[in-house]
Amino acid sequence: MNTADFEFVATMLRQSSGLFLAPDKGYLIESRLAPVAKKHRCNSIDELIGRLRIARHEQLVRDVVEAMTTNESFFFRDVKPFEAFKQKVLPELMSRRATSRSLRIWCAAASTGQEPYSLAMILHEEASTLAGWKVDILATDISTEVLAKASAGIYTQLEVQRGLSIQRLVAHFDKKDMHWQLKPELRGKVLFRPFNLLDNPKPLGLFDVVYCRNVLIYFDQATKLRVLDSIASVMSGDGILVLGGAETVFGVTKSFAAWNDQHGLYRLAPPTFAPAGVQADAAPLAAIGAK
Amino acid sequence: MKSCLLVDDSKAIRSVVRQMLASFEFDVTEATNGAEALAACGHSFPEVVILDWNMPVLNGIEFLRALRSKPGGDAPIVIFCTTENGVAHIAEGLAAGANEYIMKPFDRDILRDKLTQVGAL
Repeated sequence: MNTADFEFVATMLRQSSGLFLAPDKGYLIESRLAPVAKKHRCNSIDELIGRLRIARHEQLVRDVVEAMTTNESFFFRDVKPFEAFKQKVLPELMSRRATSRSLRIWCAAASTGQEPYSLAMILHEEASTLAGWKVDILATDISTEVLAKASAGIYTQLEVQRGLSIQRLVAHFDKKDMHWQLKPELRGKVLFRPFNLLDNPKPLGLFDVVYCRNVLIYFDQATKLRVLDSIASVMSGDGILVLGGAETVFGVTKSFAAWNDQHGLYRLAPPTFAPAGVQADAAPLAAIGAK
Repeated sequence: MKSCLLVDDSKAIRSVVRQMLASFEFDVTEATNGAEALAACGHSFPEVVILDWNMPVLNGIEFLRALRSKPGGDAPIVIFCTTENGVAHIAEGLAAGANEYIMKPFDRDILRDKLTQVGAL
């Protein structure tokens, strides 16, 4: 792939999704876009890129972006962010929301759904503690393909053996031939909607917990700042942000500070910290993005 | 090093799984069926057992029930590793005292995850 074509594709990806491709990642374009070229009846990736240069048809651009965004996810990935949710985040927020008895969670890079469903499993297991509470999980991703898989809640035998104890598998899934499907009561706890992290999240409402894990690593510094500040704008004053193990807010944005010395967990930095339970009116989750 | 008894009638499976376990720094002993496995537990129990289900002489579920009925037989961590992937088998295996359950085919990451789930890693 020549330099001009690489730069064209890299620029288009950065503008449309924030994805940053280092100059040595030309091989990734060649391998990931080959199926897209075939789908659009292009004889080569060169021809595909040529078409994009002439006109950026929405479906073609979307297919290119979806092919280039890395979609790998596991249940209870990295373990600690979920232990922290159950043992520290949930109890703290429940004490602060004792009057409203309501929590809103946003999984901002939900991929094929394992992260929001892991949270849903924890909430289900804590049902007796959460009796009378309304807990909404909004799960978004730029890729409509992975969201479709996530909504169905159907996973392969290999996928359900990564990160899930056998006890959780039999408790929360039904066997469907050679696959496993999350039980309806778990699927019903998560609302999946497409969303580009470069877009304005204000219509999504305010959130008490935001999981944005293992996606910032694909952005350049300017985009990381933009996305983090954007997330900060839709967090309740005492809300908690959870990032991936290799990610941090430090050196990127001043909008967040460490939360209780927990690695990977952050709160809004003062002086924007507000008393608990302060939430602006938010559109009901079912209305968000509804067509 | 933790001790692991690997019980499977397939030499090929034992070879692959042995390599995985060795990479996790387990000291591995092999048995080709449940009877050999019980004999291997005669003097001392391994810390972990990776257990196939369908084997000649004595199958996996029969071995597990025999193991758990022995004094001290509750100690070893037992992980089924089998092609039996139905809910009924899983339930039977857990009821008999298995700590975890791997459905074949699987990979090294799954084995590592399961060993971590049960505290063996």
